[in-house]
Amino acid sequence: MATIETGKLNMENLFAIRRVLNSDGTLAGPEPNLAPAQLKEVYRLMVYLRSFDQRSLNLQRQGRMGTFAPFSGQEACQVGSAYLLQKGKDWIFPTYRDHGAMQVLGVPSVNVLRYYMGDEKGSRVPEGVNSFPISIPIATQLVHAVGVAWAAKLKKDDVVTVGYVGDGGTSEGDFHEALNFAAVFNTPAIIFIQNNRYAISTPNSKQFKTRTIAQRALGYDIPGVRVDGQDILAVLAVMQEAIDRARSGGGPTLVEALTFRYGPHTTSDDPKRYRTEEELVEWQARDPIERLRRYLVAKGLWTDQEDEGLWSWAKDQVAAAVTEAESMPRPAVDEIFDYVYAEPTPELVRQKEYLKRQLGRQGSGEANTHG
Amino acid sequence: MAKMTLIAAINDALKVAMRRDPNVLVLGEDVGVNGGVFRATDGLYQEFGEDRAIDTPLAEAGFVGAAMGMAVYGLKPVVEIQFDGFLAPAHEHLVNHIARIRNRSRGRFTCPMVLRIPSFGGIKALEHHSESIESWYANVQGLKLVVPSNPYDAKGLLLAAIEDPDPVLFLEPKRLYRAFRQEVPEEYYTVPLGKAAIAREGKDLTVLTYGPHVQTALEAAERAAADHGWQTEVVDLRSLEPLDLDTIIGSVKKTRRAVVLTEAPRTSGFHSELIALINDHALEYLEAPVARVTGFDVPMPYLLSEDLYIPGVERVVAAMTEVKSW
Repeated sequence: MATIETGKLNMENLFAIRRVLNSDGTLAGPEPNLAPAQLKEVYRLMVYLRSFDQRSLNLQRQGRMGTFAPFSGQEACQVGSAYLLQKGKDWIFPTYRDHGAMQVLGVPSVNVLRYYMGDEKGSRVPEGVNSFPISIPIATQLVHAVGVAWAAKLKKDDVVTVGYVGDGGTSEGDFHEALNFAAVFNTPAIIFIQNNRYAISTPNSKQFKTRTIAQRALGYDIPGVRVDGQDILAVLAVMQEAIDRARSGGGPTLVEALTFRYGPHTTSDDPKRYRTEEELVEWQARDPIERLRRYLVAKGLWTDQEDEGLWSWAKDQVAAAVTEAESMPRPAVDEIFDYVYAEPTPELVRQKEYLKRQLGRQGSGEANTHG
Repeated sequence: MAKMTLIAAINDALKVAMRRDPNVLVLGEDVGVNGGVFRATDGLYQEFGEDRAIDTPLAEAGFVGAAMGMAVYGLKPVVEIQFDGFLAPAHEHLVNHIARIRNRSRGRFTCPMVLRIPSFGGIKALEHHSESIESWYANVQGLKLVVPSNPYDAKGLLLAAIEDPDPVLFLEPKRLYRAFRQEVPEEYYTVPLGKAAIAREGKDLTVLTYGPHVQTALEAAERAAADHGWQTEVVDLRSLEPLDLDTIIGSVKKTRRAVVLTEAPRTSGFHSELIALINDHALEYLEAPVARVTGFDVPMPYLLSEDLYIPGVERVVAAMTEVKSW
């Protein structure tokens, strides 16, 4: 038997990038089966999310919000990965950069804003919206996505879960454990990788030796696919296949979407230290929103006037969410104590009473007006 | 009633729980066909099938993290960690997620699950098979910590842990698994979490302890009664989080002298917290400083030196003498 030298296999061909739209919005492949209303809907969602993301960045710069992780540039991934899920039934497991997908699934913008403003209530997503709270520890949430998918399978519910991770996160052990468990127990979990080329500053070349991330699927004997993450129609097509597979008992899928974040890792980061302006410009030329806009215009589904109206609507909607988020009171003192356990322990009760007494002596009463 | 060993009581608790509630399942390494390396899950695979007595890949982060997902979804996973030292790979899921999901989501998502962990030394096993991990997790908010010391409590506490709405680490004293038998009801019953037991009543001094050390304390109390006529009260904490402060402080106020006993390393341990609590709540009652009998600040020694490390009756009696003669 010969030793298989994987380096000699052409993984980039084996995992050829799926694409429906070229950068200029012309067709590169077969169109997915989406009604005009759905095409406009995903366009609307991407425009809304871009507006939300940009406004959030500004809020942070103005000191009105804490550290923020922007996703601008990755809207096709954010919308395409979550749009076809069944709300109230399917689950997502987001990272700090997936608050776009959360909103697509139904998490209100106000929740995301409050989260980044520093209020845990932001992570109390409404009943009926099955989005886990944002996970900051990298790749851990993939194991949870597999666990929920596994539980649903055991309970004979035809639920699908999507776990999000970036290129850097694929180096974590949890990424591999999640894939192995998903494979062994054939769970309806989709692992959705947004390969945006940099894990903060560390490029793909220092993160893994493989030419693609999708080829990791070979090691677990599950389907893997690479997709142009700036092409919403391709992301939707790939997700439709993965969702159908999962829901019909076919098990997990590993999706690698090639994308790029236009902004910093977070508002504490300066991307000029590790990537060039040329690279950014090159990726902006593949912009997912502009690409779909051109396609819609060419199909006669969209006009410049409608586009202007949409951006203006999005701006207003985001502004309304910001106003609502900023008008919410600071968390009450009780809130930091009351959710550690179902029933607070006697010690927690003592500590809460102590803090209230202290605040009372300082003249600030029970309201959280410190700081 | 039947006479059961501690391991038989745990096995019985699992069977009773799984018969009562179809959402209860066990998972971990070798817990299915093999019935667990200590046989705690013996017979579950045969009775409940492979979907409820699940053999997992050898990856603690994987199955503990997946079990969290199961718990959030509405199942009741009881995870077996094969040995205390092997909990380390799952540490991230425990501290970053399992302990926090209720708080993080402000109650929208909860994670009622149990991790059964054969714990402490005394069986002359290889490295990483004899650890005292209670102090690692006593400092993690959102987890409960339960340590049974006898078969009756083991069954009742485990059933209470499975019923609990929060995640519970259930540290089983592995050296007591087959040490003695006790009358254990065959039906369902619970022993509430957060309630200590007075394992032996006394008026002259208190030994505060838990798990396998309760047996050591009882033997030391016998010795002290025979040799000195002291009536020692032994408080079996049973659960470290939540902690039964009233029983602890009540006993110390009564006897005015206390020894804390554990085999965890001496420095920065949960036992130090017990002393701090006595300081907070009963200092003026004390006739002597509280003594602590502990392991040493060394990694758990291999089998030839294990007995040097684990506090035996003599070290406990010496500490009792210290607080009595101060």
